[in-house]
Parts: sequence; structure tokens; C-alpha cells
Amino acid sequence: MEKNKADKYRYLTVNIIIVLASLLIALVLGAFLFLIAGANPFEAYGVMLTQPLDGLFGITEMLVRAAPLMLVGLGIAIAFRSGILNIGGEGQIMIGVIFATAVGLSLPEMPKIVLVPVIFLSAFIGGGVWAGIAGWMRAYLNVNEILSTVMLNYIAIQLYLYLLRGPLIDPKEVSYGTGVPQSALLPEAAWLTRFIRGFRLHSGLVIAIVLAVIVFLFLWKTTVGYRMRAVGAEPKAATYSGMNVKRNLVLAMVLSGGFAGMAGAVEVLGVHHRALESISAGYGFSGIVVALFGGLHPLGIIPASAVFGLLIVGSDMMQRAVEVPASIILAIQGLIILAIVSSNIFLRNPKLRDKIFRLLGGGKEAKIEPEGGRA
Amino acid sequence: MILEIIIGVIISGIPLSASLLFASLGEMFSQRSGVFNLGTEGIMMLSAFVGFYVVYIIGSPVLGILAAMTIGGLMGMLMALVSVTFKAQQGISGIGLYMFGWGVSGTLFRVYVGGVTNIDGIGRVAIPVLMDIPIIGKILFNQNPMVYLAYLLVPVAGYVLFRTSWGLKVRAVGTTPQAADTLGVSVERIRYQCVTLGGVMSGLAGAYLSIGQAQMFADNLTAGRGFIAVALVYFGRWKPVGIMWGALLFSMAHALQRSIQVYGIDFPYEIAVATPYVLVILVLALTYKGRSLGPLALGKPYNREFRG
Repeated sequence: MEKNKADKYRYLTVNIIIVLASLLIALVLGAFLFLIAGANPFEAYGVMLTQPLDGLFGITEMLVRAAPLMLVGLGIAIAFRSGILNIGGEGQIMIGVIFATAVGLSLPEMPKIVLVPVIFLSAFIGGGVWAGIAGWMRAYLNVNEILSTVMLNYIAIQLYLYLLRGPLIDPKEVSYGTGVPQSALLPEAAWLTRFIRGFRLHSGLVIAIVLAVIVFLFLWKTTVGYRMRAVGAEPKAATYSGMNVKRNLVLAMVLSGGFAGMAGAVEVLGVHHRALESISAGYGFSGIVVALFGGLHPLGIIPASAVFGLLIVGSDMMQRAVEVPASIILAIQGLIILAIVSSNIFLRNPKLRDKIFRLLGGGKEAKIEPEGGRA
Repeated sequence: MILEIIIGVIISGIPLSASLLFASLGEMFSQRSGVFNLGTEGIMMLSAFVGFYVVYIIGSPVLGILAAMTIGGLMGMLMALVSVTFKAQQGISGIGLYMFGWGVSGTLFRVYVGGVTNIDGIGRVAIPVLMDIPIIGKILFNQNPMVYLAYLLVPVAGYVLFRTSWGLKVRAVGTTPQAADTLGVSVERIRYQCVTLGGVMSGLAGAYLSIGQAQMFADNLTAGRGFIAVALVYFGRWKPVGIMWGALLFSMAHALQRSIQVYGIDFPYEIAVATPYVLVILVLALTYKGRSLGPLALGKPYNREFRG
């Protein structure tokens, strides 16, 4: 038992080293992109990585972005752990925004204590059903879930724009003739509490952290969670031991989409108080990076979402300072994904694995279990 | 009126199929060798930008296409490095490549071009005499040269895959890598070649989009065509002719959706735009039987020393 614990810590250390090394490699490669874009990479990274931490505005904005990233990342980790890939976070967020906005606007008289949970639940259901389509098709029709979730993204974006320009548009926008595609403001009872006057930091962050702990307890301390992870790790073994693999795949996808849907609700209730055209800002894709960076573990995802909140806020500040578009952060996130998935070879190849382990002072018989979903 | 719409849809649908066809035929080789490259969309985006930019600066469409193919090939090699040498999970690494291509093309476009600018790319070329045949002339003999190239590549790809020894190796590596390895075929080398070839073809697809079809570049120009191209490989059962029918089906659906807008039929614009994507999902769901015809080792990194 003692030894097991030591191995566990060593495994954790290896993971942290690999993830940080991946980040470093991606940033070094990203430096060449800055050079191509005609900027000084040191100056650009200097602004990106330090300016948000310099003052209350940057720190609160970083945490404002960490909340949706954490929720999407949790959802993606649940799916990946269960052996199904969810690339559809972006679409699920939008469906969540639609549900949150529609429910919030149709219940103007409800007290806060009831309204906020009802909105979160409906956004969860919306995102969950949307992702559940892909989960069901994967389980019962053998449709590749990556392709179906990507397609559902494009469909959700169009559905969202249609609703925002038509049925959900703010009546004021129509009567004034401005026609900006956005919904009416939600009743104030639906707004999440803001902690500091003049800053957008809101209680959505606390909700996300509580949910992260719940996901951890669910996946590691309950039977249902254990089954889901078993199906993800060894589908055949899980089948032989009588688990319903198909049902678990659908369940994983529904939960995963539900979390992305709640991220949409957080953006509506916490930040904008209405549905806007470009509300998601790529959180669906950044959430994948957050989940991988956090080792597909809820307690790793909490700090990971802060790191990527920093990078996203920092890239906006960098855009103003060195005039390279903030979209470069998308490319850097892509590089981070490539670096992290490439590093898996160090964990999967027994020779390299033992070598790293010996460097950390472990015995040869020590085992590092590679974790995560299937390709 | 109805006939007019149908002919109009066919005339505008065929050019739309070329980018799907290029990318999908390339992805077919990649998947036949066992590598699932989801980064196609990202490769198409970056190469569409690079091709556009070369034409924008130098004015030579041929050089633009070559530059786009080079970038496509390099990104294919990057995918091969990650998925073959480092044996990474292919689904996720494809998404990484997608975000990379999207981010780089969007950034460089904003830095070096700024806004939407038209270029003199490659337009339609009418074949004299044949072009004057009623209906068929307009459909078949008044197309972009790159469209002819795309359709020419269908039999070529079929020949290479099924009638050459290299094609046999590709299929062997994608089905039973252990057996191929035992017979002295380098699994890694064949996979590198196929994924790089897939990248070059995606580069061609991107170049066609910006230089041929749109004659301009805009952020997110590809609009999911790279992902649709991957889906078409499933739809076409990993065979060039099947892929060609799939590409035609989707481009016709796309053209039909556009003509609905042109003819002013009262139908929500956004729902019309979403229909090709709905069609992809439906087709994937309806053609699930016979999935076993796909390459058996698809998505599985090969490792000689251990199974894992």
C-alpha cells in the first residue's frame, strides 16, 4: 500500500513534467509564428504571460474565462475517460445558451433561488441531448463520433444564428430598427452574483469548482463512474463482466454535452446576461486543450482552466500591445494538443517509461498506467 | 422552371465537388494505410491561405497551387510525425492540426492582407465546339481546369491503389501491419508516404477553394469541407468511385441550398446553410452497415516491439 502511494505520486510527477514540457515546446514553436507575423516573440510572450497578472482587472478576467473553460473541460474529460471523443463542445455551448436564454426569459417572476438552478438544469439538458445524438449514433449505429460532433457544431451554429435573428431577438432591436442579433436582457434574478464592484468576476467560477469536485467523486467513488471509466479503458473486458458498453457511451456523451451546455449558461447568467452572436469565443475547442492539459482529471482541470484563461486574456492584451491578432492563440493551442498527445509515447513505451521512472528514483517493476480514451 | 433549376444546380454543383474530391481522395490513401487524419480541415485552411497569398503577391496561380501543395505536404508530414512516429491518438491530434491551421491562417491573413481581397485566380475554361452542345455542353465542357483534374484523379487513384505494387503495400499496411512488416514492407515509411500524399491533396483542395472557386480568401473559408471530405471516405467505402459519388451528392445538396436562396423561396437562410451538414450525419447513420469493409488497422498506431 505504501509503495502504491509512492508510485502514484511519481506517476503524477511524470505527468506534470510532460504536460509542462509540452506547453514549453508549443510556446517555442509558437515563437516562430510570431516571427512570421512580424513581431518580437519575447515581447509578445512577455505581455501575454505577465500582463494579465499585473492588476485586478487581468486576474478577474482570467478567472471569468476559467469558469466556462473548466466546465467544458470537465465534460470533455468525462467523455474521453469513457472512450468517446467529444469535439462538439462549441455546438453544445450554443445549445446551452439557447436553453438558458429561453428559460430565463420565459420565467420573469421566479425568485433567484429557484430560477438559477432551473436555468442550469435546462442548459444541461439542452447540451446533453445535443451531444447525446452523437453518443447514440456511435453506440447503436457505429457512426464515428468525432465526425458527427463536428457536424453538429456547424448545425448548432446555424440554428443559433437563426434563433438569434428571429424568434429570440430582442424586441427592442426590432422596434428601434437596429436589428443587432441578440436576445433581450434576462431578468435580474437570473444574474449570477458579482464579487467585486466594477469587475465581471462572478459566482460561476465557484459553481464550476464545486462541479469539478462532484465529477471527481462521481468518476472515482461511485459505481456508475467506475463503470464508465472501465468501458473507456477496456471495452471488451467491460462487456465480458456484464457492463452495458453502449448505454455507458451514451451516458458519457450526455454528461459531457451537459457540462458544455452549463458553460453556455455561465456565460449568459454571469457575463452577458443575454445571448449574443459570438458568445462562445472558441471555448468548445479550448476546452479540449484544458482537459488534456489537466490530465483528463477534474482536479487537474481546475488549475488548467486558469492557465488557459490566462493565455486567452493575455492574447487579447498582446494583440493591443504588439498588434498580432489574438487568433494566434488558437494555433498555439493546436500545438499544445499535438505536443501533449505526442508525449504519450513516453508513457506507453515500456522502455522509455522505465527510463523516466528510474530518473525519478523508482524501481523497474514500477508501473505507470497510461490513462485516457481511445484514438 | 423546374428543369432550369435542376440544370442550374448541376452546373453550379460540379465545381463545388472538386475541393471535396481532392481532399477526400487524399484522405482515402491516408486511411487505407491506417491513419485517420482529421486535420484535413486545418491543412485546407492554411494551404488555401498560402495559395491565395502567393497569387496576391506574385500573381501566378500555378506557383500559388504549388505553394499550397507544399504547405499541405509539410502539414501532412507533421501529422505523420505525431501519429506514426509518436504513435499519438489520431482523433485528438487531428483536432490539434485543425486548430493550428485555422489559427495560423487567420492570423497571417489579418496581418498581411487585412480584409477580403479578390485575386485573379483560375477561372472556367470553355472547350470550343463541345461547349455548344445544348445542356451537356454547359455542364461538362465549361469548367475550371482544376475540376477536370479532380475527376481525372479518380481513375488514377483507383489505378494506383488497386493495380500497383505500392497500392498493394498501402492496403496491406492498413489491414494487417504485422504481416506487411514480416514481408519486409516498412509500415512507417508507407504510412508517412500516404499521410504526406493526403496532405498534398488537401493542399490542392485548399488551393482550388481560394484560387479557383472563390478567387479570394476569408477566415474560415473551408467551412467544414475538410471534415466532410473525411466523412466521404466512409461514405465511399474507401474506394475512389464511391468517394466521387459522395462528393457529387454533397455538392449538389450545397448547390440546391444556394439556389433556394437565389430563387427567393421563403425558407430560413440559416436552416438552408445547415442542410449539407445534416445530410452528412444522416448519410453516416444510414450507411453504417458494412463498416467492416474499412481498413482493419485504421486508427491504430503500429508498434513492432509491443502491443499497446
